[in-house]
Amino acid sequence: MSNAPTLEPATPEEVLDAVAEAGAKGRRIEIVGGGTKRSVGSVERTDLVLSAARLDRIIDYAPDELVLTAQPGVRLADLEARVAEQGQMLAFEPPHWTRLLGATGQPTLGGVLAANVSGPRRVRAGAARDHFLGFEAVSGRGEMFKAGGKVVKNVTGYDLMKLMAGSWGTLAVLTEVTIKVLPAPRAETTLMLFGLNDTRALEAMGVAMNGPFEVSGAAHLPPFAAKASPMKAEMAVTAVRLEGFEASVTARAEALAAALRPFGRIETLDAGHSRPFWKQVREVEALADDPRPLWRLSLPPASGWRGPEQLAGDALYDWAGGQVWLRTEALPDRIRAVVANLGGHALCLQGGEAFTARSGALGALQARVKAAFDPLGVLNPGRMEGRG
Amino acid sequence: MKMPVPDAALIARKAEIVRALQQIVPGEHVVSAASELVPFESDGLSAYRQAPIAVVLPETTAQVAEVLRWCQANGVKVVPRGAGTSLSGGALPLADGVVVGLSKFNRVLEVDYPNRCAVVQPGVTNLAITGAVEAEGFYYAPDPSSQIACTIGGNVAENSGGVHCLKYGLTTNNLLGCELVLMSGEIVRLGGKAMDADGYDLLGLVTGSEGLLGIVTEVTVRILPKPETAKAMLLGFASVEDAGGLVGDIIAAGVIPAGLEMMDNPAIRAAEAFVGVGYPVDCAALLIVELDGPQAECDELTGHIRALAAVRNVTFERVSKSEAERQAFWAGRKAAFPAVGRIAPDYFCMDGTIPRGKLPQVLARITELSGHYGLGVANVFHAGDGNLHPLILYDVDIPGDLEKAEAFGADILKLCVSVGGVLTGEHGVGVEKRDLMSEMFDETDLACQQRVKCAFDPGLLLNPGKVFPVLHRCAELGRVHVHRGKLAFPDLPRF
Repeated sequence: MSNAPTLEPATPEEVLDAVAEAGAKGRRIEIVGGGTKRSVGSVERTDLVLSAARLDRIIDYAPDELVLTAQPGVRLADLEARVAEQGQMLAFEPPHWTRLLGATGQPTLGGVLAANVSGPRRVRAGAARDHFLGFEAVSGRGEMFKAGGKVVKNVTGYDLMKLMAGSWGTLAVLTEVTIKVLPAPRAETTLMLFGLNDTRALEAMGVAMNGPFEVSGAAHLPPFAAKASPMKAEMAVTAVRLEGFEASVTARAEALAAALRPFGRIETLDAGHSRPFWKQVREVEALADDPRPLWRLSLPPASGWRGPEQLAGDALYDWAGGQVWLRTEALPDRIRAVVANLGGHALCLQGGEAFTARSGALGALQARVKAAFDPLGVLNPGRMEGRG
Repeated sequence: MKMPVPDAALIARKAEIVRALQQIVPGEHVVSAASELVPFESDGLSAYRQAPIAVVLPETTAQVAEVLRWCQANGVKVVPRGAGTSLSGGALPLADGVVVGLSKFNRVLEVDYPNRCAVVQPGVTNLAITGAVEAEGFYYAPDPSSQIACTIGGNVAENSGGVHCLKYGLTTNNLLGCELVLMSGEIVRLGGKAMDADGYDLLGLVTGSEGLLGIVTEVTVRILPKPETAKAMLLGFASVEDAGGLVGDIIAAGVIPAGLEMMDNPAIRAAEAFVGVGYPVDCAALLIVELDGPQAECDELTGHIRALAAVRNVTFERVSKSEAERQAFWAGRKAAFPAVGRIAPDYFCMDGTIPRGKLPQVLARITELSGHYGLGVANVFHAGDGNLHPLILYDVDIPGDLEKAEAFGADILKLCVSVGGVLTGEHGVGVEKRDLMSEMFDETDLACQQRVKCAFDPGLLLNPGKVFPVLHRCAELGRVHVHRGKLAFPDLPRF
C-alpha cells in the first residue's frame, strides 16, 4: 500500500488537473474511494493517492425514472438509505466486505462499480455492471469524457460502462455515475434444507433455479459456516430466497417447497430472519477473521462444487454455485489451473496476488484496451496485471 | 446521408478479391454476380441501398478468421451481416467492401440445463433459441419484434431489446460468453458459462458495438425458466398525459411489468385496421400492460393496476382471459410497423429514449413538427423504459419527401437528447444516427470510443462509415496531449 501523499479533489476539474499533471510529469496515481478494497491487487509504487472522498454528492435522483446520478465517492450505506426512503434498492445487492477484508473505511459507489461486486441477488437481478447506465470520467490521458446516458435503455455508442465496471480504476477516474435503481421487494422468505453435502446442495439449488420460482438468492453453507451466528445450525444449510409481492411469494414458496421435498425437511425463514441471513451470506461472514488466503472462484454454477473438491480448504457457495468463496492454503497456480479447467476464473482477495496474468491474443487485446485509455500507465499501475 | 468515398482501386480489384475469397471458402459460398447481390444491398433500413464487391458466406470459424486475415492484409473493408434486419443500417454494404454473412452458422451447439445456458452459432434466429429449449420449460428472454428472422449474432452486435426488456434486460444482460474473430484473424473467447470473466469485460464492450470490433462466431446465452403464466391488459385513455401518468404510477407502486407499451391514436388506428383485434380507435393513447409470474401474482397486480388506472380516468379496459386473447392483445402492437406500412408508402422508425416524465411534452412537440414538415407520424412507445418509436410517414416517389423525413427524424432525436434522453434505445446508431452522435457526445467522448475501435481494428476496416461521424486515423487518435498548464492544487508538494 502506498505511503504517497493523498489528494482529495472536490470537483471533477480538480481530478482532471491532478491526472493531467501526473501524466505530464511521468507520475503515477493510486485511486481510492473508501479504500475498503485497496488490498485487492497490488498497485506498483505510486507518487500520489487520489481519493474520491470529497466527491460524495447525490446529484440527481428520480425514483419514477428508476435512475440515480451521483459522484463516485458517495458512501454505499448513505446511498442505500437514500433509495430505501423511496422504497427502492440497488438491485444487485452490493456487498460491503469491510469486515471480510479487514477494512477501516466505508465502501463507496465508485468503488463498488470499479470492482463490479454484486451480492446474492446477482442470480436474478444481474451484476453491478448491469445497472451502470452512464458516467463521466477522467482518462489516464488527462481527458474528461462521458459515455452512456441517464435513461434506463440506451445503445448509443460503445457500452463503456461495461468496460469501466470491473476495471479496478486502471482505465479512468470516475467523476460522476448514473445507475439504475429498482423497487425493493415488499415481501421475502427463505426456504432452508439441512445436512446436504456440497454436490447434493448444488443439485437442490439447481432444481430451484430451473423452475418458475424466480429465485433471488441460492446459497449453501457447509457445517463450519452454518455453525456460526446467526444460523447456529448443527449441520449444513442450503438456502433459497424468494422476493416480491406477498401473494406471489406465498405461491412460489409453496411450489418450491414441493419441488425441493426430495431433498429432505424444509424450514422457512420469515422476512425478519431472512434479511440478516442473506446479509451474512453477502458479506461472507463465515470466512471473515481467518488467516488463510481468501479466494473467490467464479464457475459455471453446476460445477461449483468441483472447485473446493479439488482444493483443500473451507468453501461457501453463493449464486447457486456460480460464486464460491474459499479459504485455502493451496498454491495459487494450482487454484488458477483447477478453476480454469472447470471453465471459470479465480480472484484472490487476501493473502496473495489477486489477478491472473493474461497472455495470448486476449491478453494483448486487453493491454491495447488499457493503452487506449491510459497509455502512460498513470492510473493504478500494475493492479490488474497479475504476477507469475 | 453520405458514406465515405469508395476506393475505386479496390473496386477495380473485384475479380482478384472474389478469387481469393473462393479459395478460402470453396463451393458456391461467394456471391459476386450483380443480380445475386441485390438481396444483400440493404438491411431493415431500406431507404439506403448499396451493392458490395462480393458477399462471402463462410461455414467455420477458421474460414471467418482466414477471410478477415486476407482482407486485412489486402486493405479490404468488411461489413458483417446476420439476417439483415437492422433498422439503423448497421449491415448496409460498402461499394468498396465485402459482406461477410453468417447465415451458414445456423446450429444450436449445446443446451446446458444444469448451467441454464445455450451455446449457439450466430446465425441461429432469436426465436429458434427459445424453440430449442421450450420443451424443457425454458426460453431466451430478449424478444425484438423481428425475432422470427433476426439472428442472435445480430442481436449481440446491436444489443437488441424487445417488449420484455423492461423486466428481463437487453441482450447484454442475457449473455455469458462469445467467440470473437478480430480483423487480424485472431480468435478470442470472451466469458464462458460462469457469471463473469476475469480482466476487462470485453463481452460487455463487444455487445452493441455494431459490428465494428470483430465478428462473433459463437454465443453463449442465459436461458430462463418460463413464467408460470402471463396476462395482458389493454387500457385506453382520452389523453396521453393520463396514460403517461399511469406508467409512472405503476412503477411508483413497485411494479415492474414484463411489458409496458403505449400507442398513440394514429398507431392504434393503423394497427386496428390491419389486424382487427378490438383496439379502441377513439382513444388518444392505449397502454398494453403485461404481467407474468405465478397466477396469484398476476391476479394481485392486475387488480392493483386497475385501481390505479381508474384514478387516471381510464376509458377502455380489457384483461386477457386466455393465452389466445393475450396474444391477440399483442398482435396489433407487434404488427404496428407493417400496419403503418399500409397507410404510407414508406416510413422511418425512430428510436430515441427519453425520461418518461417528459413524454407529454415530447409527443406534443412531435405533433408540431409533423405539421411543420407536412408528414404524418404514428407513435409506438416502450413506455416502461422511455423508448420512443415515432414512425415518420413519407413517400419516396414524391421529390423532397425523403429529405424532409430525414430532417424530421433528426429533429425528433435532437429533441430526445435535449430533454435528457439519448439517440437510440435499442436499434443502434448505424448509418442512420451516425451524423447525430455529436448531439450527445463531444469530440473527446467520441475520440475515447474510437480509441477502443483502434484497439480492436487499427486499420479501421471493419464496418467503417457506421456509428462515428468522422473517421480519425488511429495514429492521430493515439497521440498523448499534455494538458493545459493550469494546476488546481498550487500548494501541493510537486515532488
